[in-house]
Amino acid sequence: MATFVLLALFVCTTTGGEIAMTYGMKATGEPERLRPKQVLKFLGRAVSNGWFWVGIPLMASSFYLLLILLSWQPISFVIPASALSNVIGTLGAKYILKEEVDVARWAGVLLVCIGVALVSLDSIPVR
Amino acid sequence: MGRESRLRIKTLAMVLAMVVCANVGDLLLKRGMATIGAVQFTASGLANALRLTATNPIIWLAIFFLMGFMICYMTVLSWADYSYVMPASAISYAGVTLLAVIFLHESVSPRRWCGVALICIGVMLVGQTKPRTTEAAAPQKAVA
Repeated sequence: MATFVLLALFVCTTTGGEIAMTYGMKATGEPERLRPKQVLKFLGRAVSNGWFWVGIPLMASSFYLLLILLSWQPISFVIPASALSNVIGTLGAKYILKEEVDVARWAGVLLVCIGVALVSLDSIPVR
Repeated sequence: MGRESRLRIKTLAMVLAMVVCANVGDLLLKRGMATIGAVQFTASGLANALRLTATNPIIWLAIFFLMGFMICYMTVLSWADYSYVMPASAISYAGVTLLAVIFLHESVSPRRWCGVALICIGVMLVGQTKPRTTEAAAPQKAVA
């Protein structure tokens, strides 16, 4: 039970954090060029955006929740279950960020979710 | 080369850099956490886990790679859709499987190959959509 509560919290904090981050980065605007100097300038602008500071604590919570989940359960359970956040994230992208999620993109997201679940059921050899 | 295909190549290259940093980081993280053991979900257990993770060099190396991931991630999201970047980055699962077969000579079950195939088709489907569907927002000065 505690695992599922933690998993739900993990999905919410991950999606919430990433959506806030996307919002902040879009408002920041892309670096003029992908050179270290311009990227550093971009990062400077990004961290002075309020949405960045909404995203960071959420993403940090999601990071610690993942650490706890991974210490409780095998990776072959944690990763397929967290693939759900792709679906929640796509809903967020469509309704909160107002991105155009057409049929091809939805189909892609669903295939990726099922694929991730199938792959991880065999435990990823990352040790 | 058209503007959209240049945007697509730039986006996919950034997603690749993201995926490499995230995979190396996660691998180190898993290894670091394995030396710490199961976290007790009590105040003292959490505090203890926090202390142990903060003093573990493998965890710090993992954090270094995850910061690289973060920079790539922030940069790519400054121009590309979240609903494009998120599924495209799932290509890492296919990459990890191929690496396991080529370098570790692991045997991969048919179920896992099916998963890899589905991920590849999914990523291709998402990959051919427009990387950016929203308008460039006006620079936000309010919180600057």
